[in-house]
Amino acid sequence: MDHSPILVVITPFVGAYLSPLLGLWRERLCYPVAVAAALLSLFFSFRLAGSVLTSGTIRYWVGGWEPPWGIELVVDPLSAFMCLTISLVSLLAVIYSKNFIEKELPRGKMTSYYTLILLLIGGMLGVVVTGDLFNLFVLTEIFSVAAYALVAISGKRGSFIGSYRYLILASIGTSLILLGTGYLYIITGTLNMADLAVRLPAFYDSWVVFGALAFLLIGFGIKTALFPLHTWLPGAYSIAPAPVTAIFSAVVSKVGGYSLIRVLFTIFGLEFITDLVPVAPALTWVAAATILVASMFAISQTSLMRMLAYSSVAHIGYVVLGVALAVEMGMTGGILHIFNHALATGCLFFCAGAVIYKTGIRHIDDLRGLGGKIPLTMAAFTLAAASKVGIPPSAGFVSKFYLSLGALEAGEWIFVIVILLASLMSAVFYLRVINLIFFGGDKHEVRRDELPLSMLFPIIILALGCAVFGIFVGIPLQLVEPAVMVLSEL
Amino acid sequence: MILELIVANFPYFVSVVLFLVGLYAMIVRRNLIKKIMGLNILSTSVFLYLISVAYKEGGAPPIRVSEVEVYVNPLPHALVLTGIVVALALTSFALVLTIKIYKEYGTLDSDKLMDL
Repeated sequence: MDHSPILVVITPFVGAYLSPLLGLWRERLCYPVAVAAALLSLFFSFRLAGSVLTSGTIRYWVGGWEPPWGIELVVDPLSAFMCLTISLVSLLAVIYSKNFIEKELPRGKMTSYYTLILLLIGGMLGVVVTGDLFNLFVLTEIFSVAAYALVAISGKRGSFIGSYRYLILASIGTSLILLGTGYLYIITGTLNMADLAVRLPAFYDSWVVFGALAFLLIGFGIKTALFPLHTWLPGAYSIAPAPVTAIFSAVVSKVGGYSLIRVLFTIFGLEFITDLVPVAPALTWVAAATILVASMFAISQTSLMRMLAYSSVAHIGYVVLGVALAVEMGMTGGILHIFNHALATGCLFFCAGAVIYKTGIRHIDDLRGLGGKIPLTMAAFTLAAASKVGIPPSAGFVSKFYLSLGALEAGEWIFVIVILLASLMSAVFYLRVINLIFFGGDKHEVRRDELPLSMLFPIIILALGCAVFGIFVGIPLQLVEPAVMVLSEL
Repeated sequence: MILELIVANFPYFVSVVLFLVGLYAMIVRRNLIKKIMGLNILSTSVFLYLISVAYKEGGAPPIRVSEVEVYVNPLPHALVLTGIVVALALTSFALVLTIKIYKEYGTLDSDKLMDL
């Protein structure tokens, strides 16, 4: 029997146990442990993706206990796709951390940093492979607590308050998730997602089911940072160390979105959320509001990190919009955008971190003329920004194109206007930055000097990814198309 | 009529009231410690709900003995136990943050902290 489903989750957790032990002895050993654990997770994710493509959905019983007694891990194409995205971005962020952390964090924080980041990765991977609703709640809590701590770890001004606000809002969310889980358990007597999907149709007219759906929606809505529940995000994102922010923006909030998709499509089913209770149409409007409001806020920001944070709120809106349209093209676009946006936003936050590392600059106006100082980094920034705006043939263009086709397929042409308008708005704030970087004159005393290789490598990989996956769309689509098939059939 | 409904479902009403009290404290109270208390009241209300759902009139502890027919449901107990551990971790972390915030700013008033 292939044990990859559990190994992909366990590896980062084992790393998280090893790292503080080794850290007591030699602090420098934590970095190789973290890289090795993230690398192994990526390897197992590839194996999972391979076996899902050849033999379909994998059902793994932890400890050999069959459900409903034991916990079941279910890896369908969507889970495998999320696993790959999470472990790829996380590996690059861990590699990137080496030089950045040495310079930006206070002394003696290295051990806890790598331990927390491994807990974060393991928790997220656990969320995407689990087939049990309560397990989903526990793993959500694990990665959330690691995330609160990572926001506060820099000890910089405002980091504790940012972390506190994130904690208070997100823990209201997790309490609601637990309550919703309890409701579903009470009425069906099971916590297994596949089992829930079978038993729920008998209770479709029950108020308990409506209540459960509402609690789960709001709970995961806070985790996903949907408007108007997004207020914790910019503060937390702009204060955390750059590699952590890259993980947050690229995958943490997407994992919230993934849970939303699981609850809506796998547990409640397409018929319930579109016909019986029109949750999906309502979500499309919430997503559209998220996109427009966040883009508007992004234009008015003066801090680069905050601008990127608002921009990533907007892009989570795209993911939710596409999936909630509940038509094939829209769902393809939404799920594909998880990957494409992870590449672009990861690259942008890495670049913003590189600027902080090199010069300490956080304000957009101070970026003038940096294009001549760290040209490779800034070229990567431009490429990733192009992908976020959606300029063809970048990866972001492809997923936005699918989203627009999906909106037309669903007969909701208004969302095409929303997508176009938001793309124009993002062009406004990204082009302003790019213009300053390359044509803003030169006012820096910094020497022309590239970054250390450990920071440059992840930036280049992600930037190339933005370009390559715009042309070779077929590679991610291999997993996205079966994922859409599995979701819409249930 | 309504009184009977309340008496029959007493634990659920208590849990709803506690949930709202906790939510109110977390959102409205300005003191950071009181917000954490609100968080604890909120999660306790969810635990109370789960525990009271598991209870059965005259149910025996969930240990399999041949002559006993009715057991209380053990699964929500396991859920609550896990939930308590999670709430403990959250509370302790939130308290540490509060100490750090107090050392840095000298106040626990969230309105004053917002202005800084």
